[in-house]
This record gives sequence, C-alpha cells and structure tokens, in this order.
Amino acid sequence: MTKSKPWISLSGIGLFAVLLLAVAPLVLTDHWLNNLGKYCCWAIAAVGIGLAWGRGGMLVMGQGVFFALGAYSMAMHLTLETAGDRIPGFMVLYDPLAPLPVFWEPFRSTGFTLLAIVLLPVLLASSLGYALFKRRVKGAYFAILTQALAVALATLISSTIRETGGDTGLSDFKYFFGFVLNDPANKRMVYLIAAALLIVCLFAVWQLYRSRFGELLVATRDAEERVRFLGYDPANVKLVAFVVSALMASIGGAMFVPIVGIITPAEIGAAASILMIAGVAFGGRASLFGPALGAIAVGWGQSSLGSTWPDGWTYILGLLFIVVILFLPNGLSSLPARFTAARRSPDRQPAPAIVAAELEEARP
Amino acid sequence: MSTTSKRLRTLTAMGAVGTTVLVLAGCGARAGDETAGSRTSAAPSCVDTSGDTIKLGFLNSLTGGMAISEKTVSNVLHMGADEINAAGGILGKKIAYVQEDGATDWPTFAEKTEKLLTQDCVAAIFGGWTSSSRKAVKPVVEKHNGLFFYPVQYEGLESSPNIYYTGATTNQQIIPAMDFLASRGVKKLFLAGSDYVFPRTANAIIKLYAAKLGIEIVGEEYVPLDKDDWTSQVAKIVAAKPDFIFNTINGSSNVGFIKAYYDAGLTAGTTPIISVSIAEEEAPAMGHEVTGHYASWNYFQSLKTDTNPKFIESWKAYPNSSGVTSDPMEAAYISLYLYKALVEAAGSFDVDAVNAAAKKNTITFDAPEGKVTLDGDNHHISKPGHIGQINSNNQFDIAWASDKFIEPDPYLESYDWFPADIRKQLVDAAG
Amino acid sequence: MDALIAPLLNGSAQGALLLLAALGLSLTFGQMGVINMAHGEFLMIGAFTAYLVQQVIASSDLSIPVALPVALVVAGLFGLLLEVTVIQWMYRRPLDTLLVTVGVSLILRQAALQIFPSQGVPVEKPGWLDGQLNILGYEWPLRQLFSILLAAVCVAALAAWLKYTSFGRRIRATVHNRDLAETSGISTRTVDRLTFFAGSGLAGVAGVAASLIGGTNSQMGVQYIIAAFLVVAAGGIGQLKGTIIAAWAVGVTLSYFAYWTTGSLAQVLAFILVIVFLQLRPQGLVTVRTRSLV
Repeated sequence: MTKSKPWISLSGIGLFAVLLLAVAPLVLTDHWLNNLGKYCCWAIAAVGIGLAWGRGGMLVMGQGVFFALGAYSMAMHLTLETAGDRIPGFMVLYDPLAPLPVFWEPFRSTGFTLLAIVLLPVLLASSLGYALFKRRVKGAYFAILTQALAVALATLISSTIRETGGDTGLSDFKYFFGFVLNDPANKRMVYLIAAALLIVCLFAVWQLYRSRFGELLVATRDAEERVRFLGYDPANVKLVAFVVSALMASIGGAMFVPIVGIITPAEIGAAASILMIAGVAFGGRASLFGPALGAIAVGWGQSSLGSTWPDGWTYILGLLFIVVILFLPNGLSSLPARFTAARRSPDRQPAPAIVAAELEEARP
Repeated sequence: MSTTSKRLRTLTAMGAVGTTVLVLAGCGARAGDETAGSRTSAAPSCVDTSGDTIKLGFLNSLTGGMAISEKTVSNVLHMGADEINAAGGILGKKIAYVQEDGATDWPTFAEKTEKLLTQDCVAAIFGGWTSSSRKAVKPVVEKHNGLFFYPVQYEGLESSPNIYYTGATTNQQIIPAMDFLASRGVKKLFLAGSDYVFPRTANAIIKLYAAKLGIEIVGEEYVPLDKDDWTSQVAKIVAAKPDFIFNTINGSSNVGFIKAYYDAGLTAGTTPIISVSIAEEEAPAMGHEVTGHYASWNYFQSLKTDTNPKFIESWKAYPNSSGVTSDPMEAAYISLYLYKALVEAAGSFDVDAVNAAAKKNTITFDAPEGKVTLDGDNHHISKPGHIGQINSNNQFDIAWASDKFIEPDPYLESYDWFPADIRKQLVDAAG
Repeated sequence: MDALIAPLLNGSAQGALLLLAALGLSLTFGQMGVINMAHGEFLMIGAFTAYLVQQVIASSDLSIPVALPVALVVAGLFGLLLEVTVIQWMYRRPLDTLLVTVGVSLILRQAALQIFPSQGVPVEKPGWLDGQLNILGYEWPLRQLFSILLAAVCVAALAAWLKYTSFGRRIRATVHNRDLAETSGISTRTVDRLTFFAGSGLAGVAGVAASLIGGTNSQMGVQYIIAAFLVVAAGGIGQLKGTIIAAWAVGVTLSYFAYWTTGSLAQVLAFILVIVFLQLRPQGLVTVRTRSLV
C-alpha cells in the first residue's frame, strides 16, 4: 500500500468535517439534513466495513447484527424514556398483564445504554471472531456465516413481537436523553452528533491505517501465510479489525434510531447488510474516504432516485453492483488514482493485492 | 513520529469536534419544557392552495416484497384521481398527485411521509398496507399535523386525529367472521397467521371472543411473512382435528399454506378455512386448491349494489388494471372520495377544518360496497359485513351478510367480553 | 406416533427441496468457487417456466413433467448468459462474484415483478400428486414424496454425469488442477460454461418443485438462497455426499423445531445450529484432502 502524505488525508478529514458540520446545516432543509444524518449513520458502519473488508479482506456481510445491537439498545432506552412508568404500548397489546421483559430493565439507565452500545458489539464480535479466525474460517465461508447470522437475528426479532416489537419495530420516540425529539433544534443536534461521530470514526481509522497494525492488517489480507511465518498471529490482527468494525456498526445503529425515529428487523437483515456493502464497494473499499462517501451516495440515491423513479432505482442499484465490481473493483475513489497512475507509473495500483488474497481464499 | 505526539493530536482533534457539536447544539427543548416541544413546533402548513391544482401524496410499496399487493392500490388511487379530475376536481382544483415508493421498508415510509408533508407540501397522503407501515407513518403525520388515509383492514385498537381508516376495523371483519363461525356450529378452531402485528393482535381478540362464544381454540401457528413452506404447521393442524381454520396469513405465504393444506387432504368440504387477507386479487395465484374456502370482507366484486358495476367497469378499462376488484382497492377508492367530501364540507384543505367537518358525522359516500358514513370521532367508516365463498372463477359467492351496516368500534367499547382494563391500558399507552 | 413420524417425513421433503436448491450451488460454488447470489432468482425462473409451460400444455398431469427439462434448459441458459457476460471476467476474484450476482438478483427480481402479475401466478399441481400415503398412521402428502424422488433423480443424474461422462471427467480434472487440465488439452472455458449451465439449470428444476409448494412470484427466490448456501458450506465444499446429508439434516431439524416451537423460532434455531456447527467444523461434514497450504 502506498503511503500518501499525512496532510492530504488530514485536510480531507477537515474538509469533510467542515462540509458536514458547518455547510450542511446551513444549506439543507430540516428534512434533507435529517436524511443526511441517516446516511451518516450508514457511513459510520461503512467506515468499519472498509476497515474489515477493504483493508482486512474479511467480507462482513452481517454488519446488520452489530447495527442492531446499537440500534435496539438505543431504541429500548428511548422507548422506556417515552413510556415513563408505564409498560410500552405495543407490549400491552399482546399481553396486558405481563411485566416488562427482564432484559429491558437495565436500559432505563442512560449509563448502561451507552455502555451497552459499546460493549455488546465488542463482546459479540470478539467471541464470534475468535472462534472463526482461530479456525481459519475465511473468504466466502466467513461472508455466508455472517450473512446467515444477520438473517437469524432479523427473524428472531420478528418473531418475538412482545419483547422487541417484532416486524413493526420500535418507533414513536418522544425524547432523546431528555431532549424533545420533535423540536427541530434538537433534531439538528442529533444530526450534528452523528456527523461528528462519523468524523471521529474516519479519524480513528486513518490513525489505524497509518499504524503498524494497519500495515499488518493489509499484509494479512494479501498474504496471511507469510504473516504467520513472520511470527504474527493473523487471527489476532483480523480480530481487532473485526471488533472495531462491529463497534462502528453499533454506533451507526445507535444514532440511526433518534434520527430516523424507527428501527425494524428489515434494517438489520440480509438486504440491509448487503446495502451497507454496496456503498463501500461503490466508494472504494480500501480507501479512507471511499466507504463513507459511497454510503452517503447510495443513501442519497435511494432517497432521491428511489422517489422519482422507484422501478428504475432498483435496476440502477443492481447495475451499480455489476459495473463497479466488474470494472472498478476499488470503487470510484480509485478513479483519480487510475488516471494519474496511467500518466505516471502504472505500478501504483493496489488492485492486484486484493486479487491475490482472494485467489488464496478460493481454494478449498 | 512519536506515539505521544500522535495521541496528542488525536485528542485535540476529537476535542475540537466535540466542542463544535456542543456549541452548535444545546438550544433545543428539554423534557417537561413542552411549550417549546411537541405540537407547537410543527411548522405552519406549507400546502399551496392558491393555484388551480391541489397536491396529494400517494405512498405505496412499488418495490420489495409488499409491491405484490400495494401496486394495485397505487393504480386504483391513480384511477380515482383521474376520475375526480374529470368531474371537476376537489373544490374546483385538479388533483396533482405525487407518487412515492415505500419500498416495503417501514423507515422509508416514515421518511417519505415527512418528505411529502414538508418538501412536496401535499394536502393529504393516501396509502400504506401493512400495519407496520401505518405505525411508522403515524408519529410523522401527527408531528407535522398532516392527514393520512389508510385503506386496508387492520387490527383496530388505534385512533389518531391525523389518520382516517377506510378499511375494516376488527368489529367489521373479525367479529362478523366469528359470528358466522358460531352460526355454523363451529366448536374447534385453529388459528394460522403470519408473524407480525395484525395476526398476533387479531388472534388475541379472536381468543377473547371465542371464549365467550364457547369455541375452543385447538392450536395457533405463526410463520414469518416471507416464508412459503407451511407443511410442518399443516401437519399440526391435521393432528389437532379442528372444524374450521381462521387464517390471518398475509401475502404470498398464503399460497404455500393453501397448497400444503390441500396436499394434506384437508378440503373445504371437511375443514374449511376462513381468511381475512385472501381477496379476488390473491385467489388466482393459489389455483383450484382455494376453491370452496371462505373470506371475510366488506366488499366483494360480486356485490350487487348500484355503484359497484361502474367501479368494476372503470377499473377494467383502466390501463394498468389487473381486471378484478378487491376490498383493499375499493377502500383506497373510497378514501379519495371521502377526502373530497370532507374538504368540500369544510370548504378548505386545512387539516383542522377537515377534522372539524368530520366531527359533524354527516360525511357519506355512495361506495361500491354501499353508502358508507364517516364516524368523525374515531375516523373510521361504517361498513357492511360479508362472508364470501370462493368459486371456481376465483370470485366470491356471498354466504352471509350482516343485516345492517356495522358501526366502527376500533376499541371494541360495545363488546363486554373485551376487558376494560386492557382497553384503558391501550388508550393510555397510545396517548 | 404422529408427533415423531410427521416431522421426520415432512422434514425429509423439506430437506429434499433444500437439496435441489443447493445442488446447483454445490456445483458452481463448490467446483468453481463462484458465489452466485442470483441462484434463488434462477429458481424463480424455473418456477415461472413451469407456469409458462402450463399456458401451452393445459393438462397439469403432463405439463409438470414437461416443465422439468424445459426449466432446466431455460434457467441453464440464463446461467450461461450470466457466465459469458459477467462471471467469466471474475474467476480471479471469487469473493467479488458474490457482490456482482447480488446486483443480478436485484435486477431479475424487479424484472419479474414488472413482467408477471405482481401477485404471482398459479402453477397447478398434477392430479397424480393428489392424495396421501399412509405411513405408520400418518397421512403423508404424495407431493412431498415427489420432492424427495425428484431430488434423488437429480443427485443420481448429476453424480453419474460427473463420474461417467467425458464432460464430467473434464470438470473434475479442471477442479483438481486447472493448469494441468489446460495443458492436457481440456478447454477450461468450455468446462466452466458447462458447469455453470448445469448448476443454474438445477436451480430451474428446483424452481419447478418450489412452484408446487409455495407461491410463484418475484420474491420467491429470496427465502432459499441463504439456507442453500449454509447447506453447501455445512456439507463441505464440492462434496455431493456432504451436501445431501446436510440438506436432509437441516430439513428434519427445521421440521422438528417447527413442530415443537413456532415456525419463526425453528428458522432461527436451525440457522444458529448450522453456524455453531461450522464454527466447530469449518471444513464441513465431508472434507477432501488437499495439498494446498490453506
């Protein structure tokens, strides 16, 4: 991996921050600012996917699971905050006499909720990742396993209607940690928090990429056996990347709830998890800004093109997958590099590295 | 680069970002400070009534799993709008509709509702199918004080000043169906449903009423909405030996259920099914296996009313027609005309004026199912109860009809078997 | 007795359908390393083919047997088209085939929604599948026996094709050592195309079977794809024997869980069991010894 000068990345993050935190609130209507907030949540998850998949070579197809942990932790807290002393309305519907499910109780506490948003994905990802990476599960197996996990969790939530709200999901939150959510000023604040978290995640990932760990991660992706022979345990390297990406998905999920105002199993299932991948692939899986920009672009496409031309949007999304993966495996962010590389030296493209790693994985 | 300087830089950057956020935020309303919060914060309506057109929003899933059902509703709304425009529009203004795709995704329904209300500035929104989509729309229309017309039968126990329900509530569909079963002398009933809010709630109500009617519930099965395979559950039905099945399955899963049922040797002759989600639209996809079973609806294509032939004819002539009419389609058709009647009674497109006009309880419409009256308090309409039996042309022969129109009672207040404490809790939770 | 026998028999039939859906995958995924997420939509193509055949041959007694080979060819041709236009450029990037085919599946699904009536179309079951077979007191639907027989025939045909025909030998040679096979004069391009044709065609056959069980509509493929991939992975890549056992086991497990708990919970439990199994035995049930390092 070529190393660009730090000030380029840093000023990129700075530009991103100015655009999201200062320019966007000034030029966008409340509705579009809120939509941008939603895309930012997906972008936070996408940054994590970029780390695990782009740099680590692990195709995480079940990020919905971790998105769900953050989202449902937050949603349970907000539901309880709205309901006050009463049992949430949807529970009354199915069994008016039963008490609040036990696992809901701790989410009354703000501290526990925030801790859960961070700790739950870390715990799940480390135990799952440990088992998988130590046994050298990778490539397509890893992808399908994580995807199956997302399907299983979405089905579980759909079928536990009294405990989780089922297919309808959790919605109608009135307050966000004491702030009235209907107030446009508070909605802007929630947006700003999400945007700021995205910047923080970008910054954190940039630091990771520049560190020794980042180099080890790319080395593991490109030649796992060589890393092993050099005395490192590739499983540990992958584990860290996987856990960080899970944490980011969870943070994205947690912010999704106050911004969108509803969370349902469909937002975490197979299709949603794949849509998160779409943004990353589109923007450029291995680049710093690609995943976030791609996620925002796909989100925007869904809101605007999906609106004016719903049938067409599905075709466009399908074609996007095909064309980008086929012709631009490193996404749109590789376009400028390709352009300059073609002019200067043709050997600066990172693409062949990915190819080598996947070829290795394809062999049974 | 040394680690300390790196860390220092990280901290500075994060600190800067954090401060920015706090400076920019922190001016909104807090809990308890309700004057600045909730209702009053709804921006004044941006609906433009100055021109000679009025904007309405149609919100249906045109992609994803529910497009199977919702595309037709969208088409019938277009037909209704064309009809109204040809007859001079609403208050002399032609309808200019904005069609949005809910994409079978409940957060998308919420997002598009907000878009329709605040960006397109529509006067009212029509659409939705699943209860989940309605529950996603509800907080948004309430927040922006908009109007939403929902055209599908549902589980009741809900009311909102911003929603009008033109499909049946439980006492217009589920309860008539149970009365029909009781009149047939059914003693053992099996409940089969999809795993989501409507079947779960409907079955909770069915169980309460069954106890009163002396009908024993011999089993209850749920399968996820997107699963077609019912063989395991049908094996349980065979073992439970019920007299009748109450079917609250929705969508394509019904096809799998009906096929597995037929395969197991259960027929309409021995153990009939009564469904609340199989209509003229759905029946053809199930083949001959569904013939002879029952469905409870308010409208059937085979109904002999004055207005029905015209409705069927216009639909058959409509470009995107599927050729048959069904209850949800008719309810969607009603919703447009009901809105027209409401606006014309109010003399205004203003939401509060429309609601005030509704309160007079004088709004009626000569619907294909008969003359329906709007209940201004609960925003539902009176409907006739009908049970139809599916014939080999996938049309319904009327097997039972209520003797008069049934007044809507979403909270089942006139039914003593529905526990008052549950009702109170539900109303409290909703408020 | 019913409580024990019924889930076993129904589960076997469910497993047979799963096996039919997974067979094609075990060819394309197992032998070629291509992860075809549009496999479920090829199944859908098979089901719609059954419907279209019924429009020509009105008698369902006849149309279903005719539809089986036709669906094989139609879905196979779609697969061939996919291979020639997209997949053939991607053999060096197997993981990316997964994402490309996700795009293909989105397009196929939306196209089906627009071409056919949105509610789906009816596929009539042949009259000779009406009725039940009494097994130890349980009235077992004949249609389920049909699923099992169809799966058995497909497995036997596939096994024989791979083992005894020269095409089959060429496929196996290519899988074992692509370079050597090429050096020996085998056109690996032809082999790839043929394998993909056969794999997709099998999905078409599975689609005909699925059209007799559930609805034939644009969304039908979605419910099979993940389960089918899990079966292939649990069985061991490229191992027919393993795929068969895994499909049967998953089907029966699903059915027993559905009998004891609810349909939704059964789905969750079966998936989690497979995931746990794969954590314990990532190489699947049946493994081949390879000399490769990884």
